[in-house]
Amino acid sequence: MTFITKPKFHHPKLPTNRLGYTRRDYEGAVSTLCAGCGHDSISAAIIQACFELDLAPHRIAKLSGIGCSSKTPTYFLGASHGFNSVHGRMPSVLTGANLANRDLIYLGVSGDGDSASIGLGQFAHSIRRGVDMLYIVENNGVYGLTKGQFSATADKGSLSKRGAANHDEPIDLASMALLLGASFVARSFSGDKEQLVPLIQAAIRHKGAAFIDCISPCVAFNNHPGSTKSFDFVREHNEAVNRLDVMVDHAPIAAQYGPGELVEVTQHDGTVLRLRKLDADYDPRDRGAAISYLQQQAAKGEVVTGLLYVDPESADLHDALSTVATPLNSLDDAALVPGAKALDKVNASLR
Amino acid sequence: MPQSLAGSSLIQSPGGDRTNDFVVKFANVNGSGSASANLLFARSIIRMGVPVVARNIFPSNIQGLPTWYEVRVTEQGWRGARGGVDLMVAMNPQTWDKDVNGVDPGGYLFYDSTKPMPASKFRPDITVLGVPLTAICNRAYTDSRQRQLFKNIIYVGALSALLDIDPAVIEALIAEQFKGKDKLIRPNIDALHMGRDYALQEFPCPLPLKVRAADAVGDAIFVDGNAAAALGAVYGGATVCAWYPITPSSSLAEAFQRHCRRFRGEGEQNKYAIVQAEDELASIGMVIGAGWNGARAFTSTSGPGISLMQEFLGLAYFAEIPAVIFDVQRGGPSTGMPTRTQQSDLLACAYASHGDTKHVLLLPEDPNEAFEMGSLAFDLADRLQTPVFVMLDLDIGMNEWLCRPFAWDDNRRMDRGKVMTREMLEAGIDFGRYLDVDGDGIPYRTYPGTHPTRGSYFTRGTTRDRYARYSEEGPVYIDNMERLLAKFETAKTLVPAPVERAAAEPTGLGIVYFGSTAAAMDEALVTMAERGIHADTLRLRAFPFSDAVADFVRRHDTVFLVEQNRDGQMRTLLVSECDLDPARLVSIRHYDGTPITARFIVGAIAAALPDLNVVPLRKAVP
Ligand SMILES: Cc1ncc(C[n+]2csc(CCOP(=O)(O)OP(=O)(O)O)c2C)c(N)n1
Ligand code: SF4
Repeated sequence: MTFITKPKFHHPKLPTNRLGYTRRDYEGAVSTLCAGCGHDSISAAIIQACFELDLAPHRIAKLSGIGCSSKTPTYFLGASHGFNSVHGRMPSVLTGANLANRDLIYLGVSGDGDSASIGLGQFAHSIRRGVDMLYIVENNGVYGLTKGQFSATADKGSLSKRGAANHDEPIDLASMALLLGASFVARSFSGDKEQLVPLIQAAIRHKGAAFIDCISPCVAFNNHPGSTKSFDFVREHNEAVNRLDVMVDHAPIAAQYGPGELVEVTQHDGTVLRLRKLDADYDPRDRGAAISYLQQQAAKGEVVTGLLYVDPESADLHDALSTVATPLNSLDDAALVPGAKALDKVNASLR
Repeated sequence: MPQSLAGSSLIQSPGGDRTNDFVVKFANVNGSGSASANLLFARSIIRMGVPVVARNIFPSNIQGLPTWYEVRVTEQGWRGARGGVDLMVAMNPQTWDKDVNGVDPGGYLFYDSTKPMPASKFRPDITVLGVPLTAICNRAYTDSRQRQLFKNIIYVGALSALLDIDPAVIEALIAEQFKGKDKLIRPNIDALHMGRDYALQEFPCPLPLKVRAADAVGDAIFVDGNAAAALGAVYGGATVCAWYPITPSSSLAEAFQRHCRRFRGEGEQNKYAIVQAEDELASIGMVIGAGWNGARAFTSTSGPGISLMQEFLGLAYFAEIPAVIFDVQRGGPSTGMPTRTQQSDLLACAYASHGDTKHVLLLPEDPNEAFEMGSLAFDLADRLQTPVFVMLDLDIGMNEWLCRPFAWDDNRRMDRGKVMTREMLEAGIDFGRYLDVDGDGIPYRTYPGTHPTRGSYFTRGTTRDRYARYSEEGPVYIDNMERLLAKFETAKTLVPAPVERAAAEPTGLGIVYFGSTAAAMDEALVTMAERGIHADTLRLRAFPFSDAVADFVRRHDTVFLVEQNRDGQMRTLLVSECDLDPARLVSIRHYDGTPITARFIVGAIAAALPDLNVVPLRKAVP
């Protein structure tokens, strides 16, 4: 397997965004994943989201662990720096990168094996630290790259391609993210671009730990009738709690919707999230309610999608550490090295 | 002091004059607040211009367990522990028998005689000094914590009389210590004098063990290696520290925090980020992420942490990401002896991770070098784009050493290594992340976010070509692996050179050593020379080894390699990396967890000489 670069041919009439980039500028190498893999749809959604948000591709850092899902950063944002770390440990690498330069946008891409098994600890701690990032788990309920073993998100009783039943309880990463204090939690489905693209956009604009659990069927090992992460199963059991529009640099216009139909959430950076509720009782600002709603619907076999929770007053790790606004990686000797005089004082205090 | 206070006793025993040359050992109970009193004792002697060697000995960091603090008073300025005890301050009933037995014949035993011990609990060949510390305290104080803390100051006071330590010096130190909390100064000084007065009244002060003001300390500072290394990290420009608590390295990260608060604040804002990670995997992961993104980052850990970091260290080596790891070595393997010292992580660090890896190790001899190498490590990591280990050990890290003061050249600038800037990319310079442009094996890198269209690349642990494009073709892989070796060759020219010293007389004998062994070695060499054993020495300061190291070994008939581990790890490293004949390298290994002493080195070398049939023979040694 080698790396295939896409020809950089730009049709002169391709639409450009406000920075003058075309959609092609957000693409990466040609995917080597199985044709039809849900992960490719997520890559496409990321490309669209970044293009529409007018982000400069080189200001985005994309980091991942190991797995089919973790390979995907090669397939989008070709002008961005990427980092395939080790299995399950993307969150720590992303955390360190974020500490070094708070001015970039951090996109962490992981799999359910990567995040719910070997990397569960790092997933949890990066969320609870409030690292400013979008953390996407491309959740297919199996290990794709190592050919079909169950992952820790596989539902109890679901069947593998070879017919073996899973006897362990599943880990619901969205519920976990809520418990761990993520300030933005969503779930979506790789086959629902209309829902996924605005969620990615909102998550990128969010300050703090934003988590999206994205069901992404594995066509090779987990898209058969016994699976609860297959394309058909998720389509049939999807219950979307809201529809989301992201308004960047726009004043909110709230009047035209009747009460109970629309929730507007203004984030730190001025983006306005407009949530049209499909479920009348659903308030995405209530963490406790979100957790119990997820549990109730899961008991009914429903896969709840949409923006499950957002805290518009969110803070991030840099706030907690009170770091300077200048990225740490650009501080120079004058800012960092106390010098000989200060050292003499240290010496004097040690005599 | 009124006679009614029970239990003072003085049982005489012989003993010669040991002015400025003796060992006092304090046996305490952990959590009793004795540490600061013991430190006060040591510092007061230093203030009198007399050097000391101070060592903490503590089985575990849990309240109630025994701890010891050893102070070697040495006007000659030896840096290593001596072994043996001349005056035991036995404050822990739990370890009484062991402590009494540890005193050298003719020595002294100091104890709390509130409940006097029967003569059978002592030894006839030592002098017992009983001071009813508890009784004195109970008279003077009602509060139990006060009684506990002042008891320590009272024994310092008594010792000051017995050993002729100038009370004005101690008073000055107390005043400095409680500056800002001035209300505490007077009571401490009072307690000091309670002990002093008692001793002056009850015993013929001073003892033949005594301190006489001298001028042997010079401008030396008294500091522990972890604090020194952390200060080195500040001066090295480290901004990101990710760590996970583990003895004996925790105090390094804590010291970094302290130094940063002092030097790196900007109003309410910090020019640093310190994260206590969830484990060592995360801590090294954060360091790698930060290093990849252009910040100077480090972690501090000990053996078990090194074990956990292996996979990530391989990634940093292969993907060529700067990272600094302070490894404060303790007794291994496994949980081993968490509070004892060893040099047993050498191989685990030099070859950390699976596959063919090699890492740079720096080997400081004391806190001063821990500072220097602590700052240098960041330049090396950036220049070489690779992990750099600073190999401390518990002895250096957690003990206060009297050492050369820290020095800094204000003209020195951080060497960020080969970083391709926006301007260079703009100028059209060809960027291949793994291109060996200069023939030194070191490629250029870019920081993420540098340029809109040029210089981005993908970092991965899988193999790739010179332009960072994934490829598992054999020749491409070999090309990369060979370049990494070339880079390691370059490292030889960048790391600190070894220090060679020639013996006073021509000799076929060589000694190689490194790290905390240096302290004992200086003294051992003098002792050996007095007995007619002369040896040239080479102190290793880094891995990879410069050519001078192999040269030194080849120039000598026999080379002793002194190290503090069971398996002769440094010997293995030398033999395999320098392609040396193992027979030429004789291992001297000290690994019981205590700091190596000159006595041990001299004994081991003298014992090995007759077997080796090299001159001088054993008869030179008593
Ligand atoms: C330390 C370690 N253990 C095991 C592996 C093998 N491995 C590679 S990918 C993978 C599972 C990936 O599953 P997931 O994260 O769900 O991604 P998917 O391929 O399904 O997208 C495993 C176990 C590894 N690379 N490293
Ligand atoms: S194995 Fe599954 S997860 Fe991996 S690329 Fe194929 S379909 Fe996607």
